Amino acid sequence: MATRFTKSMARNIFFGGSLFFFLLFLALTFDTNQKLPKRDNSQNLTASVIHGKKLWETNNCIGCHTLLGEGAYFAPELGNVYKRRGPDFIKAWIKSQPTGVPGRRQMPQFNFTEQELNDLVEFLKYTSEINTNNWPPNIEG
Amino acid sequence: MQYQSQAVAKPYFIAAIALFVGQIIFGLIMGLQYVMGDFLFPEIPFNVARMVHTNLLIVWLLFGFMGATYYLIPEESETELFSPKLAIITFWVFLAAGVATVLGYLLVPYASLAKFTGNDLLATMGREFLEQPLPTKVGIVVVVLSFIFNVVMTMLKGRKTAISLVLVLGLVGLAVFFLFSFYNPHNLVKDKYYWWWVVHLWVEGVWELILGAILAFVLIKVTGVDREVVEKWLYVIITMTLITGIIGTGHHYYWIGAPAYWQVWGSVFSALEPIPFFMLTIFAFNMVNKRRREHPNKAATLWALGTGVMAFLGAGVWGFMHTLAPVNYYTHGTQLTAAHGHMAFYGAYAMVVLTIISYAMPILRGRAANSNKAQVVEMWSFWLMTVAMVFITLFLTAAGVLQTWLQRISTTPMSFMATQDSVAIFYWMREVSGVVFLIGLIVYITSFFIKGETKAS
Ligand code: HEM
Ligand code: HEM
Ligand SMILES: [Fe+2]
Repeated sequence: MATRFTKSMARNIFFGGSLFFFLLFLALTFDTNQKLPKRDNSQNLTASVIHGKKLWETNNCIGCHTLLGEGAYFAPELGNVYKRRGPDFIKAWIKSQPTGVPGRRQMPQFNFTEQELNDLVEFLKYTSEINTNNWPPNIEG
Repeated sequence: MQYQSQAVAKPYFIAAIALFVGQIIFGLIMGLQYVMGDFLFPEIPFNVARMVHTNLLIVWLLFGFMGATYYLIPEESETELFSPKLAIITFWVFLAAGVATVLGYLLVPYASLAKFTGNDLLATMGREFLEQPLPTKVGIVVVVLSFIFNVVMTMLKGRKTAISLVLVLGLVGLAVFFLFSFYNPHNLVKDKYYWWWVVHLWVEGVWELILGAILAFVLIKVTGVDREVVEKWLYVIITMTLITGIIGTGHHYYWIGAPAYWQVWGSVFSALEPIPFFMLTIFAFNMVNKRRREHPNKAATLWALGTGVMAFLGAGVWGFMHTLAPVNYYTHGTQLTAAHGHMAFYGAYAMVVLTIISYAMPILRGRAANSNKAQVVEMWSFWLMTVAMVFITLFLTAAGVLQTWLQRISTTPMSFMATQDSVAIFYWMREVSGVVFLIGLIVYITSFFIKGETKAS
């Protein structure tokens, strides 16, 4: 580095540059928030979906599965499982766990009520209708 | 040790290493569950092991950052710590909270844990990396705030260097962005959008300030290079970090419901994120080449150089590999993500903590450096762990490439579970590398107990 470039110049560029790009980030975030209602399926955030999301969280489903590609990579993507399997399959699947097949990855039994199963399915349906720019590439997730 | 109060760093370092061991054991459990699905089921389901593995990682890194700060702030400020007593109290509070949280994960079903700990008051749990119960999250905030208070008070009464300023900025940023973990809107898209303000703005933002400051401190000490030069480098590196990394957050906004323009913003800016990591490597090698003294602690120098190289590989190279939107479309949420996550976390943050421990621990134990014998053992552990991590990354990369191909690109895509079965061989090899990593960690710990001739500090 040239000797003319002093430490205090470096510091000023640091503060100025960081501040500028942080403000730009806030501006993009503001714009994103304006555009979200057209994409995020929030018109379908019913009480049932909201309760389904809570069940999703309090049972730590994300600890094995991905949801829109984020989470753990141990078990299938569930952002599009509603489209892949449909509501009845999903409920029957959750109810019949664990499979107990020797050596196969196991999913716990959560003892959900029928109402809770419905709410979870509603949450997965809502998720599958978010505009994700066509991700995942195919139905297998 | 120049200042008595630097001694508070010692328990922090010891706790960090102990929790690191726990992290690796649970990693190995999960690695086995990847290929023997019913291993330890239902006693320790995969999701529980995963929470323990990742949360222990975060907690031990935080212990490491705090220990590093308590060690270097008095020396940088040329004054005793404002309150060593507060530092010891927060140590025990943080350790107790961490241990209680992990025991909660292991002993109580997660849904019950959520109910008992007030998740109904404010739902924050059940999101990746942010699984901690509400009291733990509040505890983290309290501990970090009291820690920052202690550090800032120390700085105010002493010399203010660029290294301590950058370190404190990083720590304040860490605290501020953690507050977003309390924001969990019902709207899943917004939930995910702001979740990244914790995760991405930590590891690709403010934590890099902490990383840079710690590395700069150790490099000044072991090379004796002029502070002006080191600190100028530090500013340039962290400038590049924040101007690329903040907008670079966009590489997580491609497919979660955010507008499509993030594919452009995210790709362009995150593609530049490797630059600061590359500069960090050049910086470390440059300083060591220009060294003005031969510090007796060779192991610390090795860790410092290793941090530069491995952070660049894990974050820079492996990050770049999947960061452009057209690539990420196919690789998003696959074993490639896991490969990158491992090498980046190890190469940047685990290694920088091990660097400062390697430098500071001998001094805290009353000598400038460990005996030659102990250093040789420590350097063996460096190579064992680092090479094992390289192989873990390579095997996960192979699994990820195949997974992407079979499940996402192929004209006859296979199901997730069928794909997993076809790449199982790579998971076995990852597990073997994991065992080597554990051996390296055991060798590392034994190096602390090896005696031999040493010079007083
Ligand atoms: C013996 C060595 C290790 C083994 C066998 C191992 C295994 C695993 C497994 C199986 C997962 C879960 C992947 C999934 O969600 O499906 C995981 C996650 C993770 N591990 Fe490790 N691990 C090891 C060491 C480490 C080390 C040393 C670090 C960092 C210093 C680390 C950091 C992480 C992180 C950050 C995640 C979350 C990754 C993500 O979300 O993409 N692990 N590990
Ligand atoms: C030390 C710095 C870094 C660390 C510790 C780190 C760690 C991680 C982790 C743990 C994840 C997985 C998050 C999850 O579970 O969903 C991740 C994802 C990702 N990282 Fe990094 N990272 C670092 C730097 C970088 C850099 C510099 C780049 C780009 C050049 C990058 C690009 C990405 C991308 C694109 C993803 C998303 C992968 C996906 O779509 O599944 N990372 N990182
Ligand atoms: Fe990121």
